[in-house]
Amino acid sequence: MAVVFIPTLLRPLSGGVDRVEASGQSVRDVIENLESLYPGMRDRLMDGGRLRPNVSVAVDGEVCPMGALEPVGPASEIHFVTAISGG
Amino acid sequence: MTKTEYQVVGTRPVRHDGADKVTGRALYGADFQMAGLLHGAILRSPHAHARIVRIDTAKALAYPGVKAVVTAADFPPAPDKLVDFGEGATPLAYVRGNVLASGKVLYRGHAVAGVAATSAHIAEEAAQLIEVEYEPLPCVLTAPEAMQPDAPILHDGLRTAELGEKAQGRSNISEHFRHILGDSKKGFAETDVVIEREFSTATVHQGYIEPHNATALWNNDGRVHIWCSTQGSFVVRDATACVLDIAQSRIRVTPMEIGGGFGGKIPVYLEPVAALLSRKTGRPVKILMTRKDVFEGTGPTPGSYIRVKIGATSDGKLVAAEAYLAYEAGAYPGAMVGPGGMCVFAAYDIPNVTIDGFDVVVNKPSTAAYRAPGATNAAFATETVIDELAEQLGIDPVEIRLRNAAKEGTRRADGPKFKRIGCVEVLEAVRGSEHYQSPLEGPNRGRGVAVGFWFNVGLPSSCTINVNADGTVNLVEGSTDIGGTRTSVAMQAAEVLGIPVEDVHPSVVDTDSVGFTAVTGGSRVTFSTGMAACEAAGDVIRQMKERAAKLWETVPDKVEAGRGSFRCNGHSATFKELAAKVGETGGPVVGRATVNPRGVGGSFSAAIADVEVDPETGKTTVLRFTSIQDAGKAIHPSYVEGQMQGGSVQGIGWGLNEEYYMSRDGMMMNSSLLDYRMPTSLDLPMIETIIVEVPNPGHPFGVRGVGEANIVPPPAALANAIYRAAGVRMRRLPMSPPAVMEAIWSK
Repeated sequence: MAVVFIPTLLRPLSGGVDRVEASGQSVRDVIENLESLYPGMRDRLMDGGRLRPNVSVAVDGEVCPMGALEPVGPASEIHFVTAISGG
Repeated sequence: MTKTEYQVVGTRPVRHDGADKVTGRALYGADFQMAGLLHGAILRSPHAHARIVRIDTAKALAYPGVKAVVTAADFPPAPDKLVDFGEGATPLAYVRGNVLASGKVLYRGHAVAGVAATSAHIAEEAAQLIEVEYEPLPCVLTAPEAMQPDAPILHDGLRTAELGEKAQGRSNISEHFRHILGDSKKGFAETDVVIEREFSTATVHQGYIEPHNATALWNNDGRVHIWCSTQGSFVVRDATACVLDIAQSRIRVTPMEIGGGFGGKIPVYLEPVAALLSRKTGRPVKILMTRKDVFEGTGPTPGSYIRVKIGATSDGKLVAAEAYLAYEAGAYPGAMVGPGGMCVFAAYDIPNVTIDGFDVVVNKPSTAAYRAPGATNAAFATETVIDELAEQLGIDPVEIRLRNAAKEGTRRADGPKFKRIGCVEVLEAVRGSEHYQSPLEGPNRGRGVAVGFWFNVGLPSSCTINVNADGTVNLVEGSTDIGGTRTSVAMQAAEVLGIPVEDVHPSVVDTDSVGFTAVTGGSRVTFSTGMAACEAAGDVIRQMKERAAKLWETVPDKVEAGRGSFRCNGHSATFKELAAKVGETGGPVVGRATVNPRGVGGSFSAAIADVEVDPETGKTTVLRFTSIQDAGKAIHPSYVEGQMQGGSVQGIGWGLNEEYYMSRDGMMMNSSLLDYRMPTSLDLPMIETIIVEVPNPGHPFGVRGVGEANIVPPPAALANAIYRAAGVRMRRLPMSPPAVMEAIWSK
C-alpha cells in the first residue's frame, strides 16, 4: 500500500499520526480511503473531486500534473505540498 | 558531470532574434501602431487605504478628444469564483479588484479608472478630471503590524486559511502553513550551539526596463485581439476572459517582444481595461505605463519578517532548525511565502525542522513573483545564521555547508525526498574555485559565501515544427522569449533533427496559433518547451523515416536516422535531401508535441562575494563576485551565464540598495529609477560564473532551469562578506550605507 504523509496541519485529524498506509489506484482513491480512516481529511484536501486550489500532490517525490487523477503505485510515497510556480 | 558529445547542445550560436534586437527592429508593445488607434491613461489612487464614496466621470467625458471612460462598474456582473492562471488560485474578485478598484482602494497607485482619448496627453489630462471622493482609512504597511489584532483590516471577508479550513474572525493573515519534520524541540536539546536571529527584508521591484503596455481591439465580430508585453500570452487570454466574463476563445493574444519580466509580467493590469475601452469606442486602445505606474501599480516582491533558529553539534552537524516567516502579500493574498518555507532549509539535511509561514495582506501593491519567489528572503536569514554557526564552531563556511548539504534522498521539511540534485557539487565548485582559494587582502575587506535553492517548474508547453523543402524547419512555440529561449529551444530541436541550429527558424506566436503554453516563468522554458521541441523533432524524424521508406521501398523501422542523415540497405540521404522530396512522398511534414512534464530538476546556486566597506560612510563596494550554479546541462552556456549574471546583479541590488521607501501614510517616496537605486554596470565588477552540470534525469539532455536560483544567495553572501569587512552582522535588507553605519555605530 502507498504511504501517505499527513500534512502537519491535518495531524489533529489523525491523532498526531504523521504517516499512514492507504490503498488506492489513484491519489483520489487514496484520499477516499484516508477519509475512512480519518474523517474530515477529504474535505481538507479536495474540493469537488479535485485537489483544493494551491494544494499539489507529490507521488514518489515528483509533483504530479494530474493531481487527484495521478496513478499511485503499491509502494508509492504521497505528499501534499504547496503548489509552486515561479518568476 | 555530463559526458555525452553533442553537435549543437553546449555550443554558443548567435541568437536568432539578435539582428532584430541590435538594430532596433524588434517590435515591443510601445511600438505598436494601428489605424484609428486611441491612447489610454489610468487614474490611480492617491491613498494607501480608502473607501471610494463616489466617482464622477462627467468632466472627463466632456473633455475634447476623450472617447470613453471606464471604472469597475463597467465590469459585467459575474459570480465570484477561484481562478488560477499559473501563480496560485485566487478569488476572481481580487483579480478584478486589482485591475480596477471597487469599493475600496488598497494601496497608493491602485487603478481606479481608465480613459481613452485621441492622444496620450489628452487621456492623461482627462484622467485627472475624474472626480473621486475618498474616505481615507488607516493603513498598515508591514506584516508584523498587519498581524496585530487591532490592525486596520483590508478585506472584510478575509479569513485565515489553514489547509482547507478557515478561521472565524476577520484578519489580514490570509494563510498559515506549518511543516514539521522530526522533533525540533528534542533536536535542539542535542545541540552544542544554537543561534536564533530575526531578519527583515524590504519590498523590492523586479526592475524590468520595459514598462507594462497593452493594446486591445474589441472587433465588430465580438472577438478581442490584445498585443502586450507579457510572460504568458495564455495567462493574459485566460485572465482577461475571466475579468470580462467572456469565453477564452473570443480572445487572441499576441505577445510582443518583452523587455524583462522576472515574474512581474505574469499578472494582468492593463489588458482588461484596454479591452473595455475598445469595446466602448469601437477602436483599438493602447495604454502604456510610466515608471511611476510600474513601481506604484504593479507587483513588487514581498517585504518580510523572518525568524530563524538553527542548532548544531560541536563538530558542525546541523541537528535542529526552526523558521517563522511572515511575508507581505501587498493588497491581495499571495505572498509566495509557501515557496519560501519550502526553500528556507532546502540546502541542508536537518533531521528536526519546524517551519511556520504566514501570508499577510498590507497596503502596498499586490505582490508578484520575482525570480525564485520567496526563496531569497528566506536564504538571507538561513545563510547568515549558518555563517555565524560556522564562525562560532571554528569551521570553514563552505565546509560546514558541505558537511550538511542536501543530496539525493534527503527528506525536505515539506515532506518529499530530493531526487538527483547538485548541492554538493555546487559547494565543491565553490571550494575549488580560484576565487575562493585566492587571498583577499586589505583593510575593511571581507569575503562571504552563501548557497540557495529553487525548485523550478514543469507546466504545459506546445511546439510545432514544419519542414521546409530547402531542409530548414520553422519551429512554432508559445513561450515568450525573455532570456534567449528561442535559441535554447531551437538548439534542442536541431540536436534531435541533426541539422545546424541556423536551419531552425523559431517563432513565438499568438494564442490562436499554437497549443496551450504556460508562462515563461519558474525557469521552465528551456526545460519544458525544450522538451516539447525535442518531442516535435522526434515526430518529424518518425515521419521522415516513413518518407525515406517510401523512396527506398522498405519499411520505416528499417530506416536508421542519426546526426542529420537517414540510411537503409545502402541508401542514404541527408535531412536536407530528404526534405526536398517531402512533396513527392506524401506532402508536408509537420511535427507536433504538447508536454506537461514531470522530472523537473531543482537547481542549487552559490555565490562568493568580496566587498570593501567604507567605515566613514557605510558604503559597500563589491570587489569581486562569482556565481556558481548547477545547470544540469547548459544548452547554450552563454545564456546560462547571462542568467547567472543577471540574477546575481539583481540579488546584489536587493542586498545593498533597493527598497520601497515608504512614508507612514503608505506613499512610495522613491518611485523613479533615479531614486530607486538599482546597480548598473558602473557599480559592479564583471560577474564571474562557474557552470556546474549535474544532469537532470528527467530531461532528454539533462536540463535544469537556470533563471532563478542565482538570485537567492547574493544578499546573504554580501551580508557575510560585510561582517568580515566591518565586523557587523546585517539582519535587515537593504544593507545600504545608512543601515551599515547604524550597525557600525551600534557595535
